[in-house]
Amino acid sequence: MHKPFAVAALLAASCGAQAATDNDLAAIRGQIDEMKKSYEQRIAALEQKLVQAEAQAKSSPPPVPPAPAPVAESRPVAAATPASGFNPEVSLILQGQYKDMKNVAERGITGFVPAGGHDHGSGTIEGINKRGFSLDHTELVFAANIDPYWRGQAIIAALDGQAEVEEAWFQSLGIGQGIGLKAGRFRSGIGYLNEQHPHMWDFADAPLMYQAMFGTEGGYAQDGVQLKWLAPTPVFLEFGAEFGRGANFPGSDRNKNGSGAGALFAHVGDDLGIAHSWRAGLSYLKTSAREREAHFEDTVNGVEALSKFTGDSTTWLADFVWKWAPNGNPKYQNFKFQSEYFLRSEKGDLSCGEAEAGVAVSCQDITSGYRTRQSGWYTQGVYQFTPNWRAGLRYEQLDSGTRDLGENGNYLAVDHYKPKKTTAMIDYSWSEFSRLRLQFAQDKSMQGITDNQVTMQYIMSLGAHGAHKF
Amino acid sequence: MSKLFPTLLLTLASLPAWANLNVFATVPEWASLAREIGGDKVRVYSATNAFQDPHRIEAKPSLLAQARQANLVVAAGADLEIGWLPLVLRDSGNAAIQAGRPGYFEAANFVSRLEVPTSVDRAQGDIHAAGNPHLHLDPRNVLKVGEALAGRMAELDAANAAAYQAGYKSFAGKWQAAMARWEKEAAPLRGVPVLVHHASFLYLANWLGLKEVGTLEPKPGIEPTSGHLSSLLARQQTLPAKMVLRTAYNPDGPSQWIAGKTGLPAVLLPYTVGGTAEAKDLFGLFDDTVQRLLKGLR
Repeated sequence: MHKPFAVAALLAASCGAQAATDNDLAAIRGQIDEMKKSYEQRIAALEQKLVQAEAQAKSSPPPVPPAPAPVAESRPVAAATPASGFNPEVSLILQGQYKDMKNVAERGITGFVPAGGHDHGSGTIEGINKRGFSLDHTELVFAANIDPYWRGQAIIAALDGQAEVEEAWFQSLGIGQGIGLKAGRFRSGIGYLNEQHPHMWDFADAPLMYQAMFGTEGGYAQDGVQLKWLAPTPVFLEFGAEFGRGANFPGSDRNKNGSGAGALFAHVGDDLGIAHSWRAGLSYLKTSAREREAHFEDTVNGVEALSKFTGDSTTWLADFVWKWAPNGNPKYQNFKFQSEYFLRSEKGDLSCGEAEAGVAVSCQDITSGYRTRQSGWYTQGVYQFTPNWRAGLRYEQLDSGTRDLGENGNYLAVDHYKPKKTTAMIDYSWSEFSRLRLQFAQDKSMQGITDNQVTMQYIMSLGAHGAHKF
Repeated sequence: MSKLFPTLLLTLASLPAWANLNVFATVPEWASLAREIGGDKVRVYSATNAFQDPHRIEAKPSLLAQARQANLVVAAGADLEIGWLPLVLRDSGNAAIQAGRPGYFEAANFVSRLEVPTSVDRAQGDIHAAGNPHLHLDPRNVLKVGEALAGRMAELDAANAAAYQAGYKSFAGKWQAAMARWEKEAAPLRGVPVLVHHASFLYLANWLGLKEVGTLEPKPGIEPTSGHLSSLLARQQTLPAKMVLRTAYNPDGPSQWIAGKTGLPAVLLPYTVGGTAEAKDLFGLFDDTVQRLLKGLR
């Protein structure tokens, strides 16, 4: 059967290794793997028979007490753990939606500078804000232990015509003393929702607060280093610090040495009885922008002006999560409450110029001080009332707060607004790996517009059984 | 305030000194076994209780805090804890308990596993590539795991090696006597056909000779559907079962439904230590399991 062929192939490969192409080698490997698999299966089957035979032998004459089994009799069968059997762990997330909402030319959040810079799309922002049927990012995840000291993970998001490296990092396994080191591109540990990818969200879109802070991706990621320390206390107490490139909003890519952005966070958490668990966190993110672009309406000439911000951006985040499950068994029923608050201050200079060549603006070449202080929060609850069904409610509100544009403020329209949004969702999960969600939202994030949105979304995960964070 | 800080430091410093070996067991049965072997030389923390489905636990902050200080993690293995334990281990910042280190112990590696699938496809439900992980319900497996665990505890805490070996010996002696008793008592159960909620009792059935004729879950990990329960009811004509078994963490609805339609006794088994008031330790677990099965048969 396979054996002579594989042996011959091996011989051939070892004699004239230079002649063997990669395809041949792959074929041989395949054969060997198949052989291995078939033998492993046979061994497993034999083991099973043996156990059954033992059981019968032992208990067919019931009243006879079995002789005390010598302790060394049964040799342990140490089998490979599946994690190394499927090395690396691969999984693929399929996510798509149907969305019904108003056609708004330039979707944004009134009173907040859009994270995507200046986007002159035809009313469709990439990804989550498309109308009609659309495919979200298709995420491909590879993860594996690299060696006893390191673990690696990459998340590639495929979109039409491009693939984006969402995360690609390695993490320490062997430092000890509660220290964890992560380096590469990663979602920052600030806030609660920030580390979670869209397929883990309880709603079809990120809270307004995250969209205002970091854009529609709903999270802050950067290239850099993260250091965490878990205190040796009975209560969960974790501290983290990050340094990185800081290329993403609210910062911008700057051609410089050293760290472009820094973050600090602390988490504390514990159980209350068997049924309740909670975690609270406080985070701080400091980054800088150079010539970060945004659009303002020129109130004098009635045209659009392009502004460029250079300065520092500081964000504070507070988060709280509380989970309840009867007896601490979340499979059948559970409730999750979460809430986050942010406060962002930006300070620097804003220079004004033409948005389109030849369209004169009244604030041309004026550079003046820029100072903002904006905040927002969301709060949500999700109740799983049967193993398959969950329902959730989210309310959120932002405050455009202080927006001081100095002299430029005389020429530009500076909106002051309190965006609000209420969202309700219900989802059905056939298993842990498939979910269909229906969501209704009343979105008042744009001044003067009440947008009633209906979203039907599916999330399917194929492959490795990824563990999710608390 | 000036007093608080030194007090805190002292508290912190004294924490790991509570016992010689800090054991983090994922499930109550192995926590109980570690206590039997380690006695007062170990501090044992059980990550779950008998009312929690060990497949579906979250990587809670409290688990991270406990794993941080553990010298030894005792897991069931065979992917039972795959949804949460790998994350807890990685985020604990504790090098000693990572997979492959002596501080990481998987019970499933020391017994012959049953129901090892020949192919793994999610269309079959949440099946475990390494076989059925509910292996502690065969007391012979408990003995094998105990022997290996005592060895591992002795390796990690050499100063108390003799105590662990002695602890195991004394446990094994009592266990073998108890096993003989259980096997004798359970003789009438041989060949009895049963329905089970989830494939949690495979090893128990294998040991006692119970005949598992169906599961209430249509596929492992998928909750019972009315269609599937009806088909089990229809099967009852041709392949009659004598009782319906479930664990303490399974909901009782589906079992009771079958029981109501057929008159079969719906039997709750403790499944693990703490599952019933009687199952206070491993001995109580098997005492009570056998008693409840015999009662169901009457």
